[in-house]
This record gives sequence, structure tokens and C-alpha cells, in this order.
Amino acid sequence: MFDFSGLSNAVIAGDEDVVLDLAQQAINAKVDPLSIINDGLIAGMNVVGARFKVNDMYVPEVLMSAAAMKAGVALVKPLLISGEVTTKGTVVIGTVTGDLHDIGKSLVGMMMECSGYAVIDLGVDVSGDDFVAAIKANKAEIVALSCMLTTTMLQMKTTIEVLAAQGVRKDVKVIIGGAPITQEFSDNIGSDGYATDAAGAVDLITKLLN
Amino acid sequence: MTVKFTELAYTNVDEFVYGFAKKPVKCANGMVIGGGTVYPEINMTLPMMSITEETMPKVLAQYEEMIHGVCSMGVELKVPGMIVEIELLPPCTFNPQWGIDVTKVVKGVMKEYETKFGLKSLLRMTPVDVREGKALKHMYKGAEWDQVMDTMKGCAANGADFLAIESVGGKHLHDESVMNIDLPKAVFSLGIVGCRDMIILWDEIVKISAANNVIASGDTACGFANTSMVMGHKNFIPKVFAAIDRVMCAVRTMVAVECGAVGPDKDCGYEGVYLKAITGTPISMEGRVAACAHSSAVGNVSLALADCWSNESVENVRLLGNMAPTVSMEQLIYDCRQMNVATAKGLALQMRDILVESDNKYDPTAYIMTPSVVLKIAGEIIKGKTHFERTKIAAGATITELRAAVLSGFLELGPKEMKYLDIFEKQLKSIPADEAQFTADMIKANPKHDLRMYDIS
Repeated sequence: MFDFSGLSNAVIAGDEDVVLDLAQQAINAKVDPLSIINDGLIAGMNVVGARFKVNDMYVPEVLMSAAAMKAGVALVKPLLISGEVTTKGTVVIGTVTGDLHDIGKSLVGMMMECSGYAVIDLGVDVSGDDFVAAIKANKAEIVALSCMLTTTMLQMKTTIEVLAAQGVRKDVKVIIGGAPITQEFSDNIGSDGYATDAAGAVDLITKLLN
Repeated sequence: MTVKFTELAYTNVDEFVYGFAKKPVKCANGMVIGGGTVYPEINMTLPMMSITEETMPKVLAQYEEMIHGVCSMGVELKVPGMIVEIELLPPCTFNPQWGIDVTKVVKGVMKEYETKFGLKSLLRMTPVDVREGKALKHMYKGAEWDQVMDTMKGCAANGADFLAIESVGGKHLHDESVMNIDLPKAVFSLGIVGCRDMIILWDEIVKISAANNVIASGDTACGFANTSMVMGHKNFIPKVFAAIDRVMCAVRTMVAVECGAVGPDKDCGYEGVYLKAITGTPISMEGRVAACAHSSAVGNVSLALADCWSNESVENVRLLGNMAPTVSMEQLIYDCRQMNVATAKGLALQMRDILVESDNKYDPTAYIMTPSVVLKIAGEIIKGKTHFERTKIAAGATITELRAAVLSGFLELGPKEMKYLDIFEKQLKSIPADEAQFTADMIKANPKHDLRMYDIS
């Protein structure tokens, strides 16, 4: 049986060169490609996520790990049998209309990506129509809405109404977050969930999709 | 543009204290900012509501309610003077007339309290720098630039005493530098892109201020070093990066003063202490009373050199005591009273040092706000002949001071933070001395950012 610990540790260290080297060794040893991804690369990333959650890793270190994991996945992916899935789901994320705050939303998207989700980041000042188009184009299962201002919170409600009016609300789970958001507000506007931070958002979508 | 300030305004740390600035701002109503009295500066915002043409009457009613509450508290507690800051929300800059309407309502109530009760107050209007987003084509022409300038002009003509902005030139690059703790990119975004943007922006704001007989006050690194500070506070990035970033930001924020702004500098610019040290400009600061808006590790030290004392921002919601802006106003007034009584009793330096020492060993940003450290690093910054040079010097001097403070036991930093000081020092050394070469390198390394919108190519 192939020892994946070196590969996982290289992901944790964010060492892309070592990841590529060990992933290639696994391929040469005829290890199941899906196992290389799940038991080596994603297993390492799971450790990164857990360490980040307890403040044991910084965001840039997580990003380096994610880049190393992605490089490994890119190497192995062509060997997968058609239909084998390498992501846990697809998330469309953006800051709602009228709000230009970006970095908190980007952080949440990054953590989701690091946790194995495909993330489509639409940026800031995103209209309901743009969310609908992205959901359809990417067959997304989750929509994550962000805002930072008390005066743009109600755009989240408007966005959810647009999703319903255009017939995609039933196909997706909607989660929301941002400085002025509360669970009560989330309940009131018909969102499926709310998280206070990036790690919480990952836990939330994992729960919603399972 | 060559830099203007080549000497420190302060050479004696015992003169470097809250309430007193070397270049106080004397206002028409008799208030003198930096003349010995610390004034409260209240900032407030709307509760959850949309801003549209239909809701504008309700928006204005909210502002009217808030300003009545804070002015009443000012009268009740016999404040010697107060500053009101309105940071306009994006729709009130995208639609300049709405920002003008807010200005008129707020100033109208302030005048009413002046007439009826003799309450001295000054209005700082801060339009939003809307020059970002997908639709932006150019930083200095087109809809966004016109909206910012039209709102500035309208606010100046309709009641503002001070004009300010939280400008965003270079922020898109800086956001990436923070996420990746990439010091060379931070130097580029602040010392080159940001400073060049500030020159163009502040030249215009100073002209508008002069034309309308209002005061061009200042800018802030809110979108820059405050992002790093919050990220560091949450342990998302090393706290030492936030401290280095803060001092680098001082060079960018100071461009407003080089262009003719006279203060008081904006509250959320914690780099204001460097501005005060170098230019003598009075500064507004925020700390423990700003916990209503955001957490920080500098709640007390930030008051040590403040000339105005702010709450950052609070939304108009009901608390047990009163509406939140009125509660914030009360807290600010009591803090200012305490500071001013300490001054009157000849205890200002002791008060300053108590505030400093209650925070400065626990966090690197708090440490680099220590008055003696500010003067030391500021003394290095002014040796630079360009903004680029000064930004690099700011980073290097901060690294040196933080390391020395840890070794001397004045600052508590874990080994991981210390490791990153070494990493950032190496990153800094990788930056070439030649600004043109560095600019060319950075443009090449960041192809997704089209800097032609800044006229940089």
C-alpha cells in the first residue's frame, strides 16, 4: 500500500515541487488516481483546514497549501475515469448589489476552495441576475452572499427573490454573511444559513450539502 | 512630485502629546483643533435600510434623528466643542445630490443647536471613493471620478467645514499583498501607485476646499493598513505585517498634507501619529470607543496622541441607554473630559504614558504607536527623497524597531511572528533601488491589473 503521509505533509507545507514529485511517484506505482487525490492531497488539505480553524496557520500559508494541492490534482486528474468527481460541490459567491467590499468574501471563497469545493467568485456589486446566470452556467449547489453595510443588507433579500422569480431557488442552498448579518436576519429573509466567519461558512455548506 | 517634509515637526518627545499639534487648525467658530483641547468626533451611520430615491426622505429623517441626539448630548454634558463626521454611503456619492441633501440636514441641525444653545460644532463630510468595481474604466475621468468630485463640491458648498476621503488608489494590489503577505507588492501599491493617486486626488480636493472656503482635512489608510490590522487581529496574517504596513501607509496618507490638507487627519488612520510627528498636523484617532464598529489591539494607545477622539462609526439602533450614536457621543465626551482635565492639571504626559503602556507590549501595531518609537521611525522616513524610498525605509525601520523591542523585552511576540520578521526583511531586500525598474517589474508580474487606468504604464 502506498504511504500517502509524505504527499499530505508536502501539501501541508505548501511545497508544490515535492507534491508534484510524490504524486508522480504514486502514479508510477499504479496507485488509484482517485486515492491519490482523496487520501494524499485532500487529506493534507483537511489538516490545513483544521489547523487554520484553531489559528495555527495563516491565510497565506493556507493559500500555498491550496496551490500545492491544486498542482497535484492537475497532474492526476487526466488519469481519472470519466465521471469521477474531485470536488465536493460548486459554490457561487459574491458581494451583493451596491456593496464594494471584497476581501472578507474572498477569504470565505478561498477557504471553501481549500476545503475541496469549486468556487466561482463573481466579485463585488453583483446583481441577482448575475447570480442566476452563474448558478445556471456552473450548475452550482450553493450560493454565498456577502455584504458589509447596513444599507446593502436588504439586497440579500432582493437577490433571493430574484433567484426564486427566475426558478433557480429550489436548486440551490443560499448562505449569507458579513459584518452586520445575524442569524435572525438570515431567517427573516429566507436564507438557508448564516456563518460568522470563513471556517464556519465551510462547516455550514458541508452540513447543507449532506 | 518631490516630498515636502524633510524635518520632523517634533524633536522632543515630551512635546508630542494628545491635544497639542505644532500646526493647530483654527476654525471660524473659535474651535482650535490641536490647540490644547481634545474634542469628541462622532461618526454615525444608518440602520438596516435601503437608500433609493423613494427612501431618501426616511434616510434624511434618520440623519436628523441622529444629529439631534448627539447635539443634545453635547449640550447636556457641556462639551466645549464637537466634530460630526458623516461618511457618506455609496448611493449618496453615486448620486451627489443625495450626499448634498444629507449635508444640509445635518448642518441645519448643528446650526440650530449653535443658535439655541451656543453649541460649537464642526462638520466633516467624507464622500465615498467610488473609484472601484467592475464598471470603472479610469481613475481620473469618467463617471466615478465625476461623482466623487461633484459630491465633494456639493458638500463643501452646503455646510461641510472639513472635507475628507478614504481613498482607494492601489487598493486592488494591496488586497492581494495582504492575502499573500507580499511586502514588495505592498510597497508598490502604497509607495508608487497609491502615492501617485493621492497627488492627483488631493490636488483636486484642496482646490475644491479653497474655492468653497472649507478645510481640506485628510485621508486614511482605511482600505489598506486597517485591512491588514483586522486580518492580523484575527490571526489570518502575521501581526508584524500589519504593523509594517501601518507605517508604510503613513507615507501615502501624508501625501494629502503635501498637497495642502491641514487636518485634522481622519480617525481610522492609525498612521496619523506619524503624520503628526512629521508634519505637525492635528489628528483624529479612534480606539476603545470604536469597539462598536470593530475590535482592535490599540484601544488606549491610540488616544495618547489624539487631537480629536472618534468612535469610527455606529449605526442608529436603540440601546438600553439611548440611541447608539447618542451613547457613543456620551462615551467620547467623558473620555475627552478626562484627557483635558489631565492636561489642565499638568498631567498630560503621565496620562499619555499610561495609555501607551497599557497596550504597547501586547501587539506590534500598538508598539509602533508608542510616541518615542514614532519619532524614531519617522526620523528615518524623512531621509527618503521619494515616496517610494520613504515607503521602503518605513518598512525597514519598523522591522528593526520591532526586533529590537522583542529582544529588549518591550514587546511580546511569539517565535512564528519573529520568523516572519526575517521573511519580510528578505522580501524588502529583494526590491530594486530603481523606482522605474521596480515599477516595470511589478507591472509585468501583475498582468491582470491594468495600471493604465492610473496613467501608469
